Amino acid sequence: MNRELTIDILRYDPNQPEIKPYIASYKIQEQVGMTLFVALNEIRKHHDSSLKFDFVCRAGICGSCSMLVNGKPSLACKTLTQKLDSHIRLAPLPVFELIGDLSVFTGNWMRGLNERLESWIHHKEEELEVDKLEKPMDPDVADDVYELDRCIECGCCVAGCGTLQMNENFVGAVGLNKIARYQLDPRDKRDEKEYYELVGNEDGVFGCMTLLGCEDVCSKNLPLQSKIAYLRRVMAKTALKKKD
Amino acid sequence: MKIIYSDALVVGGGLAGLRVATGVKERGHNVIVLTLVPPKRSHSAAAQGGMQASLGNCVMGEGDNEDVHFLDTIKGSDWGADQKVARMFTHCAPKAIRELAYWGVPWTRVRAGEHSAVINAKRVTLTEKQEAHGYITARDFGGTKKWRTCYTSDGTGHSMLYAMDNKAQEDKIEVHERLEAIALIHENNRCYGVVARNLMNGELVAYVAKATTIATGGYGRIYSVSTNAIICEGIGQAIALESGVATLGNMEAIQFHPTAIVPAGILVTEGCRGDGGVLRDVDGYRFMPDYEPEKKELASRDVVSRRMTEHMRKGKGVKSPYGDHVWLDITILGKEHIEKNLREVKEICENFLGIDPVKEWIPVRPTQHYSMGGIRTKYTGESQTMQGLYSAGEAACWDLHGFNRLGGNSVSETVVSGMLVAEYISDFLDSKESAIDINTKTIESFVQKEHQKLEELLGKDEGEDAYELRERMEEIMMQKVGIFRNGVELQEAVDELQELLKRSKNIAVKRSKSRGANPALENAYRTQKMLKIAVCVAYGAFLRTESRGAHSREDFPKRDDANWLKRTIVRWDDENATLPEVSYEDIDIASMELPPGFRGYGKDLTSHHKDTQKRVEEVEKIKQELEQKGANRFEIQEALMPFKEDLPKKYRGFNERLGGIE
Repeated sequence: MNRELTIDILRYDPNQPEIKPYIASYKIQEQVGMTLFVALNEIRKHHDSSLKFDFVCRAGICGSCSMLVNGKPSLACKTLTQKLDSHIRLAPLPVFELIGDLSVFTGNWMRGLNERLESWIHHKEEELEVDKLEKPMDPDVADDVYELDRCIECGCCVAGCGTLQMNENFVGAVGLNKIARYQLDPRDKRDEKEYYELVGNEDGVFGCMTLLGCEDVCSKNLPLQSKIAYLRRVMAKTALKKKD
Repeated sequence: MKIIYSDALVVGGGLAGLRVATGVKERGHNVIVLTLVPPKRSHSAAAQGGMQASLGNCVMGEGDNEDVHFLDTIKGSDWGADQKVARMFTHCAPKAIRELAYWGVPWTRVRAGEHSAVINAKRVTLTEKQEAHGYITARDFGGTKKWRTCYTSDGTGHSMLYAMDNKAQEDKIEVHERLEAIALIHENNRCYGVVARNLMNGELVAYVAKATTIATGGYGRIYSVSTNAIICEGIGQAIALESGVATLGNMEAIQFHPTAIVPAGILVTEGCRGDGGVLRDVDGYRFMPDYEPEKKELASRDVVSRRMTEHMRKGKGVKSPYGDHVWLDITILGKEHIEKNLREVKEICENFLGIDPVKEWIPVRPTQHYSMGGIRTKYTGESQTMQGLYSAGEAACWDLHGFNRLGGNSVSETVVSGMLVAEYISDFLDSKESAIDINTKTIESFVQKEHQKLEELLGKDEGEDAYELRERMEEIMMQKVGIFRNGVELQEAVDELQELLKRSKNIAVKRSKSRGANPALENAYRTQKMLKIAVCVAYGAFLRTESRGAHSREDFPKRDDANWLKRTIVRWDDENATLPEVSYEDIDIASMELPPGFRGYGKDLTSHHKDTQKRVEEVEKIKQELEQKGANRFEIQEALMPFKEDLPKKYRGFNERLGGIE
């Protein structure tokens, strides 16, 4: 312990385009149990108050603070410095619009995705009656839906996706996971054909090159690999049926 | 100058804000939501353990209803709550949860047959009924008579917020992200919107609306150690206060949650204890039964936090470089239960402590958690003193929680107050009264004023360091306005905070001079606002010479209904003042359904109000008479304290349960 950490940060402020992107290097003393949340706030308080980064919950549940930590998309708040080498390199997540330094605009990207995939429950006829008993649901199915509902839209899978590097319209693991979640949910009345319209193409489940960077970097350890494979089988079947 | 007009404006994109927005839109009004962060990242997502709603589906919840939930809430509040608001809330909570189920929350469901549970550190077998299979289940939480806290594992807030935001996207609610409201626009006691600063490029924008709702959550970050997200800085309350017109209520009512991990201050849910976890001291001894033989670890939060502190003060805490703590032991719950129902807790322990809670005890201590105080409103959510300004959720004090909030009542409040306030706002928007006639010159003057303040902060090269002032404020709040309070320390806190407030007028943003995104500038203007909130909290606590709920005075240990059954109201109309103007609002005993009584913890030290006995007798008489006539519980309730007429029509219906309506 008591190491001196060297933290290199890729910096750029789009509001000041005259200053080209550069690497700034900061030296700080490591403390017991230090996370990158603590370390970055140290830098902001004592070295450079203009440094931009995003934290909200600082507890690994809101997904705000994704960044490249030594090249790997990670949630900074739950990254303990003791698990890293004393020389740490930080850069903003790729793919998303840059706000400045380590801060990126994941919100509009995710909103666009959700609108595109219509990621909400489609009830069709059934109306809500708030005074009446809720509709019962199989307890196992509810648990399975929750498992996929745990995605926090942190963007790590988007940043770690090989397909997205080549096709910016690809919905990414975050998008496919959402479809898998709704497809599993008995309250959503969309049929297979409707899901097929959304992701049965190159921008959807057939675009995935199965490199599975997404599962490696998922901050919630979601079963992305098996869900994408499952969805691909369902969509392939739907495609064959469509042909008939 | 950019002006954006809408019918309704909502500041804050958490559960309360989004629920207001969808409700208003559904009634045909256009609405814009301003948020600091993408809505799904709001602090609502951090609620782990659950949402209280008296569904009574699981076996330990059988017999639950609105009445029981109401009694628990009022006792929990130490009779500080507005009982009509609490009635409206408990009546609507089942509706809100069913609405959320419809929108997609995968609530954990009842499984028919036997299952094992831990109650009072013993493993027991419970049998769930066949007819309840598949309905929403609940867990035990502190201060409740029934198992009433509905949940999705320990990610309840996350699932609720995602379902709510997805619904908002379906409804095409316009959300403007990374926009921070920094001042209200108002004239003649009427609110016309806000001046907002774009956090990505620094632009100031005037958002003008007929109705403005503040749903920005609590102000926990005035404390150095808080479970709150770092965006919970009380800026919503501060801009209301700075108007000089709107008032804040009960700002001194601050909740400390018993179990945040040490040192990071991250919450581990009350569900840990609700599901059977226990607290242990330095000797591994389970101490809570000695202090609270009946409710033990599941006493109300304020009580457990005080007992833990008392026990640590006796030298029974575990020493650590970060101060004393006790242990939370959930090992008895077993691996399967923890990995299924307490998985966020497990992840937090692994990530931030490097321990496995299946095998090891968790170091915890009471930590700032919730703000019962906030923008004082009527039951409609509208400010009592500024027309067109509304507030909902933790930001508001309408006043559901009084001096202590029950676990599981906060996320429940967000959606219930959201659904109700949306209706009252819509009624207002439908009326002629809502028409606005503000001059653009007036709007411009508000924008100009904010522009000048920012330029002043950026223009100085010499002056106070905002980070330093803020750190000192956080320390003072922690050390002197904490769980146990006393007159001497509170006086010191008030004095020093006033000093800091004066110094904050001379803050200089050094080096970081960008007019665009600029974290140093943001910290500077927020610190100025937070200091005013901190002064209100400390001063209110200093003046309140009694102990009630979470406000515990060592020098005044009694709950003093005779003198203090009232709400603290603050207003700040002189910009140069260093203290708010304080007044008090009596809580009327004559209209209470549940007259003041003993909460059932420790010794009864209450000094009663002269009207209490009379109301107790009245209530008893009405109950007896009606019971003899064969009246049902709804009729008796109606006779004691009518509230339904004030509810929006669509929410007046009886709640169906498995046993029917009764």
